[in-house]
Amino acid sequence: MPTRSWKKAMSAAAPTEPSRIRPPRTAMPEQPAGQRVGNFDEVALGYTPDMARAEAVRCLACKKPGCVAGCPVGIDIPGFITALAAGDVPRAYAVIRRANSLPAVCGRVCPQESQCERGCVLGLKGEPVAIGRLERYVADTFMADGACAVLTGAAACPPPVAKTRVACIGSGPASLTVAGTLVTRGIAVDVYEALHEPGGVLVYGIPEFRLPKAVVRREIAALKSLCVRFFTNWVGGRTVMVPELLDQGYEAVFIGIGAGLPVFLDIPGESRIGVFSANEYLTRVNLGRAYAFPEWDTPVYPGRRVVVFGAGNVALDAARTAVRLGARSVSIVYRRSENEMPARAEEIRHAREEGVGFVCLHAPVAFGGDAQGRLASVRLQRMRLGEPDASGRCRPVACEGAFCEIEADIAIVAVGTRANPLLPRSTPGLLVNRRGYISVTEATGETTLPMVFAGGDIVTGAATVISAMGAGRRAAEAISRRLLG
Amino acid sequence: MVHRIVRKRPLIPGRTSELVIYAPHIAAKARPGNFVILRVHDKGERIPLTIANVERNDGTITLVYLVLGKTTALLDTLHAGDAILDLCGPLGKPTAIRRRPAPVVCVGGGTGIAAMHHIAKGHRLAGNMVIGIIGARSKDLLLFEPELRLVCHEVLVATDDGSRGRKGLVTALLEERLAGEGRVAEVLAVGPVPMMAAVSEVAGRFGVPCQVSLNAIMLDGIGMCGACRVTVGGETRFACVDGPEFDGAKVDFRELSQRLTAFRPQERHAYEELEKSHVCRCAN
Ligand SMILES: Cc1cc2nc3c(=O)[nH]c(=O)nc-3n(C[C@H](O)[C@H](O)[C@H](O)COP(=O)(O)OP(=O)(O)OC[C@H]3O[C@@H](n4cnc5c(N)ncnc54)[C@H](O)[C@@H]3O)c2cc1C
Ligand code: FES
Repeated sequence: MPTRSWKKAMSAAAPTEPSRIRPPRTAMPEQPAGQRVGNFDEVALGYTPDMARAEAVRCLACKKPGCVAGCPVGIDIPGFITALAAGDVPRAYAVIRRANSLPAVCGRVCPQESQCERGCVLGLKGEPVAIGRLERYVADTFMADGACAVLTGAAACPPPVAKTRVACIGSGPASLTVAGTLVTRGIAVDVYEALHEPGGVLVYGIPEFRLPKAVVRREIAALKSLCVRFFTNWVGGRTVMVPELLDQGYEAVFIGIGAGLPVFLDIPGESRIGVFSANEYLTRVNLGRAYAFPEWDTPVYPGRRVVVFGAGNVALDAARTAVRLGARSVSIVYRRSENEMPARAEEIRHAREEGVGFVCLHAPVAFGGDAQGRLASVRLQRMRLGEPDASGRCRPVACEGAFCEIEADIAIVAVGTRANPLLPRSTPGLLVNRRGYISVTEATGETTLPMVFAGGDIVTGAATVISAMGAGRRAAEAISRRLLG
Repeated sequence: MVHRIVRKRPLIPGRTSELVIYAPHIAAKARPGNFVILRVHDKGERIPLTIANVERNDGTITLVYLVLGKTTALLDTLHAGDAILDLCGPLGKPTAIRRRPAPVVCVGGGTGIAAMHHIAKGHRLAGNMVIGIIGARSKDLLLFEPELRLVCHEVLVATDDGSRGRKGLVTALLEERLAGEGRVAEVLAVGPVPMMAAVSEVAGRFGVPCQVSLNAIMLDGIGMCGACRVTVGGETRFACVDGPEFDGAKVDFRELSQRLTAFRPQERHAYEELEKSHVCRCAN
């Protein structure tokens, strides 16, 4: 530990007069925009030890912490920050891990501004403590080996009792949380994943420059070291059926298959070559590492003019990916105004810095192209904002006769996803709601089939990593109560 | 789960081979019409291949491929005893097979003949009268004829150059059969897109329903990306989960053949790079 710089940081960060003037929030070092548009490396570089301590000492360790209330899994935030401020990273890690099994992931991708950091008292007058950045710092610094000792306090995890076995279907954050929670209680967990790499959206959806795959692999390796087994290329509802798993001796099954079915716009010309769902585009680039084509075999092409429909995180990820692949121009086309854009402010800022253009109050009406079926243009209609809808956002209303045509050789549709019916349809007795999401008892995640649980996006619809983890947590608690009493 | 190649048999030297792969959990579930998605190395792409046969007792599935690009070229470097890195399946909806009062005609072209074999076998096992019609450019490029003779009541062959069976196209044989005595319950076609389009057209003219198995570009194979979307009866469907079999009369074949070219330049580039890199291809 570089104590000297630590002291220096302390004295710089904590003025002797602990009055109104709090030191400002420690900025996150970032790759400069001009450089990062040419690579897929992570944009946010992470705090140095000095920065982390400078930021940690800003925390007031409130008695009634608003931040904890805002955290969907209830991490003892003042607890871990206090440990960090005292220089005890392993303890900080242990505090976080008690509630969150994927801290290196959450520190990077959670929308902290609308969760923990929104509840921070410092935010009332100035800027909140950078909780997410600190969480990331702790997780990155504390290498995951010896995770067992940290998690359970014992030198080794209770060896999974072979007769208590649980199967998870899907390997996104919901299932990973179930696995991580149960395995430390002596329950053996097998995870069945349809794709060839575990991790769910963390691997196939969120780009490398926001969440390096090495981070996800490390979290998965930690689970493997705790004896969680991963079976890739197993499709629930095709390769293996839910009732079969129960017959094979699994005492409970957790379904965490996400909401991966892409929604298309359903407008003319959408089957043209060059029109992609965001899922396809991102899966090619992330899971298939198409940015390293031809060293990696999955193809994609940069396109010259790329338009992306939608303005959520997925749309922004797709747009910023297109920039990095070398597209000459990339625009987000959104049917409402900038104020309604659902993406995180930070993502929007990053995208702007990287040269992504924003065309608001326009909606696509048709795709045009050449005789070979390739996309060449998109026809847009002007929109204006009408009355607020059920979500509280103003409804977009089409302006009669106001059309325009823009050139595009790649169009990426990022207007949402739905439940994939593949598994529910092949599981008799599993009740789904009108929109195809699995119905569960909220407190436990139990479905209409006994000892079959579900959580994450397949229950709530597309949400967040942390909410999927929260659901995994609740289900794991319910499962272990049932199995261990 | 390691999937080892139990047997490899060249069907058309240097072009097409048959692999029998030990994959008991896939074999246990696979039904006619299903396919798998595989990857052959850790930087590889995912490609779909239709299951040509299943031996449940042995726990094996059979795949037949044509060396077309980098992935199939690399697949072709594997021998008996080697493992397939990733093998996922069975995927897709199985063929709707039911007892039919009249014969079912199964048409196959190219490697589609092998895929069609599994479907023909399914119909045979269901107790249906099965007529196979297969075609290729010449007799050296014809495959699976002996296997089909075991499951079909009758096999008709056409080659472009007349080196085996009738000189001409499979559609001519189909047309004769449909025009002849006796009703046909259903036609099913697997093969190159133009062939499937032509077969659908002929079947349509005779008012016989025709199913076609579509070989769209695929990525995940479980309905998560839409790469495989095809237009059927004016509606967008995903070939991997809604198909791969659809009513041939309603399929937009032109769009399908266009979409199949989406990554042609990239595919060609990858293949050329591979050729240059002196990978030993003497596996046969
Ligand atoms: C591009 C993108 C960016 C995002 N960015 C953020 C962000 O910055 N912050 C944030 O909090 N959230 C973000 N999200 C949302 C977040 O990733 C999801 O809410 C979360 O991953 C859901 O977790 P899950 O465990 O329910 O399922 P998923 O992560 O979707 O994982 C489901 C897994 O199940 C597998 N599967 C599906 N069907 C089957 C089957 N039948 N059998 C076996 N396996 C199956 C899938 O292949 C997948 O691996 C983003 C989502 C996307 C797509
Ligand atoms: S291959 Fe992705 S949806 Fe069919």
